[in-house]
Amino acid sequence: MDEVDHGRRRLLTAATAGMGALGVAFVATPFIESWLPSARAKALGAPVQVDASKLEAGQMVKVVWRGQPVYVIHRVKTTVDELGGHDDRLADPKSENSTQPEYIKASGAVRARNPEYWIGLAVCTHLGCSPLGAFEPNNALQVAGTDLGANWPGGFYCPCHGSKYDISGRVFKNMPAPKNLTVPPYSIADNLHVVIGVDDAPKTSS
Amino acid sequence: MAARPESARPDGGGLLGWIDQRFPLSQLWKSQVSEYYAPKNFNFWYYFGVLSLVVLVNQLVTGIFLTMNYKPSAAEAFSSIEYIMRDVEWGWLIRYMHSTGASAFFIVIYLHMFRALLYGSARKPRELLWIFGCLIFLLLMAEAFMGYVLPWGNMSYWGAQVIVSLFGSLPWIGSGLVEWIRGDYYIADATLNRFFALHVAALPLALVFLVIAHLMALHEVGSNNPDGIDIHDHVDEKGHPLDGIPFHPYYTVKDMVGIAGFLLLFSAVIFFAPTFGGLFLESPNFEPANALQTPPEISPVWYFTPFYAMLRAVPSFAGTQVWGVMVMGGAVLILFFLPWLDRSPVRSIRYRGPIYKIMLGIFVVSFVVLAVCGLKPPAGIYPILGRVCTIAYFSFFLLMPWYTKYERVKPVPERVTGHA
Repeated sequence: MDEVDHGRRRLLTAATAGMGALGVAFVATPFIESWLPSARAKALGAPVQVDASKLEAGQMVKVVWRGQPVYVIHRVKTTVDELGGHDDRLADPKSENSTQPEYIKASGAVRARNPEYWIGLAVCTHLGCSPLGAFEPNNALQVAGTDLGANWPGGFYCPCHGSKYDISGRVFKNMPAPKNLTVPPYSIADNLHVVIGVDDAPKTSS
Repeated sequence: MAARPESARPDGGGLLGWIDQRFPLSQLWKSQVSEYYAPKNFNFWYYFGVLSLVVLVNQLVTGIFLTMNYKPSAAEAFSSIEYIMRDVEWGWLIRYMHSTGASAFFIVIYLHMFRALLYGSARKPRELLWIFGCLIFLLLMAEAFMGYVLPWGNMSYWGAQVIVSLFGSLPWIGSGLVEWIRGDYYIADATLNRFFALHVAALPLALVFLVIAHLMALHEVGSNNPDGIDIHDHVDEKGHPLDGIPFHPYYTVKDMVGIAGFLLLFSAVIFFAPTFGGLFLESPNFEPANALQTPPEISPVWYFTPFYAMLRAVPSFAGTQVWGVMVMGGAVLILFFLPWLDRSPVRSIRYRGPIYKIMLGIFVVSFVVLAVCGLKPPAGIYPILGRVCTIAYFSFFLLMPWYTKYERVKPVPERVTGHA
C-alpha cells in the first residue's frame, strides 16, 4: 500500500490542528484572566463609612469608594421641595434607564433614602469625568467658564463634555451623558451615619 | 528565499565573502538599497516616510533610556518623572526628545498619509501596503495613549479614565470589559503597570514588525510617484526602469538633507518649546494624578483631538452613547477601505478633475477644524462646528466612489514629468 490516503491525511491534519487550537485556548485563559481585578483589588473594594451629620445644609463631601469619588451632599430643603418642578427638561426623570438600587428608584425625584441627603457617584455617565457641584440655583454661578443659565435649578456640571445634571443627579435632555448619575448601594441611619457599598447597615453596638 | 547550493553562492574573498557564503548580506543590500529603483520624480512629500523611521528610532532609543529610571507604579511614577527631569544627568533632554518625538511622529505620519491621498498611493497594487500603514497608525495611537498615561499626571489619569470608559459603552460586555482593561474598579496601579508593559514591550515589538512588513510590501510593488504612473512600463535593456534611479546613493543622499532639516526643527522644539504652549505636554499633567479632581477642561493631546471632537459631536441616543464611539472608531477604520473607495481611472491629483481637489481641500480643512474643536471646551460654536466637520470628514470617504468615478480626468503621461 504505497498510495497516499489523502482523505485520512486531511482528517488527521484537521484533528491535530483542532486539538492544537483547543490547547491554545486553554493556555490563553490564564493570561487573559490575569488582567481581571486581583484578590487584593477585590479586598480593597470594601464598604466605606461617612458621618453625614457634620454637614451643614449646602455642604458636600467627597469620599472614595472602590477608587471612585462619591458625593455626600446635605441639600437645602427648598431645593429638595422644588425637585419635581423641572421633570419636563430631564432625559430620564424617573431614573428608568439609570443605575441605582431599587429603593432609590422608588424614591422618585429625590433619588435618596433621606431626601435631604443625596449620595451618588461623582462619575459622569458619559465618559467618567467627575462633575462639578453647582448647587446655587439660577445664574448666580459660573462653573468652568460656563454660564448655566437663568433657569438653572442647581445641580452638577461636567466640565469635560458639558453634561448637566440636577441636584438628584438626573441628567438634562440633549446632553452627551446618556444616564443619570449612578447611585451606589448605601445605608443611612437615623443618626445620619452613612455606609456606602451595602444596602443595610451592619449591626453595630454603638 | 530558497536555500541555494554552495556552488551557487558568491565566492568573493575577505570578510564580506565569508559572510555572503553564510548570509545574503550583499544580495540584500543590492536588492533592497543599491539596486532598488525608485521613481526619479519624488518631491518634498516623499520625505515623510523616512522621517517616520527616524522618529521611530528616536522613540525606541530614548524610550529604552527612560525605562532605566522610570518606576511604573501609581505611588512612584509621577515622582520618577520629576527625578528624570531634575536629577538624572541629561534626563530632561531624553524625556523631552521622547515627548516631542511623540508629537513629531504624528506630524510626519499625518503628512505621510496625506501624500498617499494626493498621489493615490493606496491604489492597486499597493492596497496591502496601505493596510499595513493603517495598522501602524492604529497601533501608534494605542502606543501614544498608553505612553501619555505613564507620567501619572492628572491629565494622564483622567485621559485614561475617558478613553477606557469608551469601551464601557459597548452593549452587554462593556462594564466587564472595562474592569478587565483596568484590572481594578478604577484606573489604578494595576492599570498603569500593564499599560507600561504594553507601551515598552508588546506594542513597540508589533510596531517594528509592521514597519518591516510595510517596507517589504513597498519593495515588492515599488514606490508610487507624484504622477501616479508605473515606472516599470518603460525599462532599459537591463530591465531597470528608465524613470527610476537606485535608492542608494540618490535617495539616501536626498533623505539625509530632509533628515537634517527635520532635526533642526525637532531640536528647536526640544530646546525652546518642549511643551509647545501646552499642546505637546498639557499643563494639568504637571500635577500628580488625583482620582477625586477632574481637570477643569479635559482635552487629549493635539493628535487625538480630531477624533475626540467627532466623539463629542454625536449626542447620546436611546440611552447609550455608543454612537459617538462608533463614529470615532469608524473615522479610523474607514481609512482601511480607501483603496476600494477611490474609483478614479487615475491615481495622482495632478490628473484628476476639480471635484477631487475640492473634496480633498474640504477634508483637510474639516480635519484641522476638528482638531481645534477637540481642544476647546464643548460650548459656543464648537459643538455645531464639530458636527459639520464630522459630516464633511465622512463625506470625503463615503461619497468617494461616486465623485471619483464620474469626474473628468486629464490624460496621464507615459513617462514621469518634471525631470531635469
